[in-house]
Amino acid sequence: MDTRYIGKPIKRLEDPRLLTGQALFTDDVHLDGLLHAAFLRSDYAHARIKSIDVSEALKRPGVIAVYTAEDFGDYWHVGPLQVPPPIAIPNAKFHAKGLPPIARGKVRFSGEPLAVVVAESRYIAEDAAGDILVDVEPLDAVVDLEKAFEDTSVLIHEDIGTNMAALVKQEKGSYAEAAAKADFIIKRKFHIDRGSAGAMENRALIASWENRTQSMTIWTNNQAPIPLRNTIASNLGLSDSQVHVITAFTGGGFGPKIMTSQADDVLLPWISKKLNRPVKWIEDRRENFLATTSERDQVHYCELALTRDGKILGFSDVFYHNTGAYDPYGMTVPLNTMTHTMGSYIVPNFYTEVRMVFTNKMVVSPVRGAGRMYGNYVMERMLDAAARELKLDVVEIRRKNLIQPEMLPLHTGITGQDFVENVIDSGNYPETLRKALEMIGYEKFVKEDQPKLRAQGKKVGIGIVTFVEGTGVGPYEGAKVTIEGSGKINVATGISSQGQGHYTSFAQIVAEQLGVEPKDVRITTGDTDQFDWGAGTFASRGMTVAGTAIYLASVNVRKKILKTASKALNAPEEELEISGGEVRVADIPTKSIKLGDLANRANPTRGVIEPGVEPGLEATAYYGPPYGATGQGSVAIILEVDPETFEVKIQRFVLVHDAGNIMNPMIVEGQIMGGVQMGLGNAFYEEIAYDEYGQLQNASLMDYLIPSATEMPPKIELGHVVSPSPLNPLGLKGVGEAGAIPIPSCFHQAIENALENKIEITASPMNPSRLFELTHK
Amino acid sequence: MSGEYKINVKVNGKNYERMVEPRLLLSDFIRHEIGLTGTHVGCEHGVCGTCTVLFDGLPSRSCLIFAVQAHRHEVVTVEGLGSIEQLHPLQKAFQEKHALQCGYCTPGFLMTLVPFVEKHSHPSDEEIREAIGGNLCRCTGYENIVEAVKLASAMMHTSKE
Repeated sequence: MDTRYIGKPIKRLEDPRLLTGQALFTDDVHLDGLLHAAFLRSDYAHARIKSIDVSEALKRPGVIAVYTAEDFGDYWHVGPLQVPPPIAIPNAKFHAKGLPPIARGKVRFSGEPLAVVVAESRYIAEDAAGDILVDVEPLDAVVDLEKAFEDTSVLIHEDIGTNMAALVKQEKGSYAEAAAKADFIIKRKFHIDRGSAGAMENRALIASWENRTQSMTIWTNNQAPIPLRNTIASNLGLSDSQVHVITAFTGGGFGPKIMTSQADDVLLPWISKKLNRPVKWIEDRRENFLATTSERDQVHYCELALTRDGKILGFSDVFYHNTGAYDPYGMTVPLNTMTHTMGSYIVPNFYTEVRMVFTNKMVVSPVRGAGRMYGNYVMERMLDAAARELKLDVVEIRRKNLIQPEMLPLHTGITGQDFVENVIDSGNYPETLRKALEMIGYEKFVKEDQPKLRAQGKKVGIGIVTFVEGTGVGPYEGAKVTIEGSGKINVATGISSQGQGHYTSFAQIVAEQLGVEPKDVRITTGDTDQFDWGAGTFASRGMTVAGTAIYLASVNVRKKILKTASKALNAPEEELEISGGEVRVADIPTKSIKLGDLANRANPTRGVIEPGVEPGLEATAYYGPPYGATGQGSVAIILEVDPETFEVKIQRFVLVHDAGNIMNPMIVEGQIMGGVQMGLGNAFYEEIAYDEYGQLQNASLMDYLIPSATEMPPKIELGHVVSPSPLNPLGLKGVGEAGAIPIPSCFHQAIENALENKIEITASPMNPSRLFELTHK
Repeated sequence: MSGEYKINVKVNGKNYERMVEPRLLLSDFIRHEIGLTGTHVGCEHGVCGTCTVLFDGLPSRSCLIFAVQAHRHEVVTVEGLGSIEQLHPLQKAFQEKHALQCGYCTPGFLMTLVPFVEKHSHPSDEEIREAIGGNLCRCTGYENIVEAVKLASAMMHTSKE
């Protein structure tokens, strides 16, 4: 396709403001009369609350109010589930436990809010939180996933009589029959532990009630501003139109910022309305670790049934999923695991069963890679185990089982997070694998370099895996595109932005259609007064779903331009061209009209317009895919393990990706590279460490290790394969989570290879101490 | 904690005189007392580097300094670097190489790097990674930041030569 802007590495329009400190983030908002909130959070993971004495806190000068659950009276309620139960799956059992905004009667995780202090400054609010006396009866903490499921366990929610949050089974074909026919059955247990999303900006919210206009303004960095507005309005008995949510520039999202019905968005609007003053809450880093949702905590029991020559006959995966103390985000994460376990491979028979468990840990909600990473980990690790036992090459066993392009679209038989059957729409899996092997020089490394280096005593190894990434799921997003009388173009969509470059990439779509430059297109995301239909930014769907809605709206505006211009210029539509902000008759360049003038003609202040004609040059469009678009890719890593310190140094890093057609390659590559950092963290550095009492032991960036520049590979070498998605007109697929999914599986395979398969890694994250333990068993 | 003290701090060439509590962090002073919100705060325990400013010319974490310690000292924040109309070469290079995504950590990286790029005309990848080793970024994977530093160094030193 010959394009001017689509597919081009256009530099980002939002950068100058961000680079000069002129971009507005939530904490930058200052309002007259602003009050500051701080939360007192539970030190215990599991306890009955006996009393909370706030009298000393109230005496402190500058304190305006202190509230506990009781003070909210009937307003206190358990939040609605943000994602509905998986009723689309037959026989699914699910116990709904929405989030209480502030603990009442009992605390169920360390960090759960007990009281909120409102004061003239944040310093005073934090002082006063320290004045509050809390008397509790500590209870045994439930922290072990498998033990929590046993009948003898202490209960977290007594009313349901079990710690089982959900039980869901899905099967394609019959694993039992496959196992009966198999030459080999490989069994392994895996544990993948928890990490933090770790956005550099913590969560933030300002609620400002204005009595004179009876309206609530919310500034926040939420990923789902429209659902947030709807729940705030509903909680307070207001009309949606009385609540205006504005998402300012946001310092990274990565998942947890999608949560609603938490302490901040439930309590602060109520407090602001009661006090008739604006109230600000800025989360600090310790709170972010303790009390912002996080992800990754599953134990898998896997069985792989194979023929003698390494063909997969069936895969069985029974896994425990830790949902934390509540399950407000439904089953999105484990359902993603279920749809990603078969990965890039032909698995004729597949059994998957999730036992979702309540524990006294922070609530789990999606984090970049959400659920997909574990599916990838267990399948790739099982293939490595099979290759080891069958004495096959790790590449060979993958090649034998790869899904071939002519098999697509492929119905997988497994229902996913969007409650429809997962279908792989398009792709060329053998090609991404071939390209990754070629880029890293697999044959040469294995045959020539590695033996030489090993002879010198170096522990160098290579890893190669493939991955799939379900992206761009429904339900839908929408957008409104308007040409204003000044000729400026305004675009509004419901999703919010956390650094993905939407102000540029969305502008590219519109500029292409409307014959202007991207800089002439003003994009507004996440402002409910500008556009108020949509679900939010998650599941790598911004470009695929909202971007497609913007494209469809632009196409409709283009039609209106041509129709109006045809009359204005007295020329047939086929002879018109739109470029440089005006419409021209192709053969007579002097015969032209500016887009702004055309917009004014379409919006007369007097006279009559024909019946059925909408004023202006404006269109609103919605897009909802039947199912998500599936990205795919292959990763290859060469690394060296220090045999004394067990530090690991990556020497080469190759990732070949297929995200369909690409809007802005510069932005897409940036997304992949960022994901890779989180993937490396998950593989070797980052772990949210709870002890047996449910205490978080590393709630600071000093103890929780986010990879810095010195831990990253010297270069991330990227390759692209393009299989356009047939699901949307631009052939797009999402890409935001690609980097985060396949790194632990590849990294661990490469470490095993470096150590000549003398150890087997079945847990993630690894770290130098764990590697030392494995090698010294 | 009692009492307030009068301090005079020069920020981006301008003198600010304020009464402050001795416990007020320099980062809060910069952001909320004098309203320069370009300096961001990521952890408030001195690890992430997001709040880095130049303190008497040296990159320093403003969340680990009390405002009173800045009395009669000179601070430069990202607002003092370049303007939208006239970006500093580092800022220009960051845009050119796509070295920022959400942009939250970016002011800290820029202020960490200002003296570095002034000093180094042809820094190696390793030197650059070492220089930014105390700044965390969750979006970029750092590679494009390394590329931007190389470009900025080249721009700054070529124009001088």
